Amino acid sequence: MSDHAITLYRLQACPFCERVVRRLREYGLDYDSRFVEPLHSRRNVVKRESGVRTVPVIVDERTGITIAESANIVEYLDGTYGPGGEYEQEARGTPADLTAGGGA
Amino acid sequence: MDLEFDVVELGPTDHPGAGETVPEFTRPLVSAEYWEDTALSSLYEDGPLLLVFHSMIGAFPATYIWQELQEREIPDQIDSVGLSIATPYAHAEFIRERNLDEQGVRFFADPANTVAAEYNIEMDLDGMTGISEPRPATFVIDMDGNITYAWVGETVPAFPDYDALEAAVETVTQTDD
Repeated sequence: MSDHAITLYRLQACPFCERVVRRLREYGLDYDSRFVEPLHSRRNVVKRESGVRTVPVIVDERTGITIAESANIVEYLDGTYGPGGEYEQEARGTPADLTAGGGA
Repeated sequence: MDLEFDVVELGPTDHPGAGETVPEFTRPLVSAEYWEDTALSSLYEDGPLLLVFHSMIGAFPATYIWQELQEREIPDQIDSVGLSIATPYAHAEFIRERNLDEQGVRFFADPANTVAAEYNIEMDLDGMTGISEPRPATFVIDMDGNITYAWVGETVPAFPDYDALEAAVETVTQTDD
């Protein structure tokens, strides 16, 4: 409710958004969800925040970073909140695929 | 002259009244651009608030109520939010249709009608099995979360006492400077 560091702009039932949600949950990070509508023309707020009209987009007040596209967001979350990341201590968990033996 | 129509009588209900603390709730709050879970208290903490319960978007009372509130420029005087059982999508469309965003009006979407149940103002809809919605109701809330004015409809349809509401808005916006 506008009181967490991370804001996620998302679309209901959007698999790319759910991918980001899963990562946020794996790290145990709190976030605020802002739902937008399917029509791109109704996503001015996303355009203002990120420069694009696609979702997901996250705004992270801890780092001051706004980032779009689920693959980029997951990479960002791993780099920031994963092992060795600057805000690793903020995470209350780690994705299984980062801790599995052998890794990718 | 007998117009031969029936206004449904609901009778009084034990709803939160003036002088009481407004019951807290969190629901998706819909603006022109997005919706986000929002606590009622986070709205009145910033200034006095008008909370309007009404029929679902699409039914004429919702349209009439907001038309009158807009014509009286009440949303220009006090932060105004509606609440109905309509979906966030329907509320967003209503905001666009009526240019309600120009007056900063937002809507809580409560399709399950549980806020109305908590306020003791829910009513079943005859002929729409499984659907209930709030009675029409207006609450003026000060910055401490106290209800300074409450009106709840006792018939269907019922429309707010706009003059009394306007006076209550004037009072609360003067005392909470």
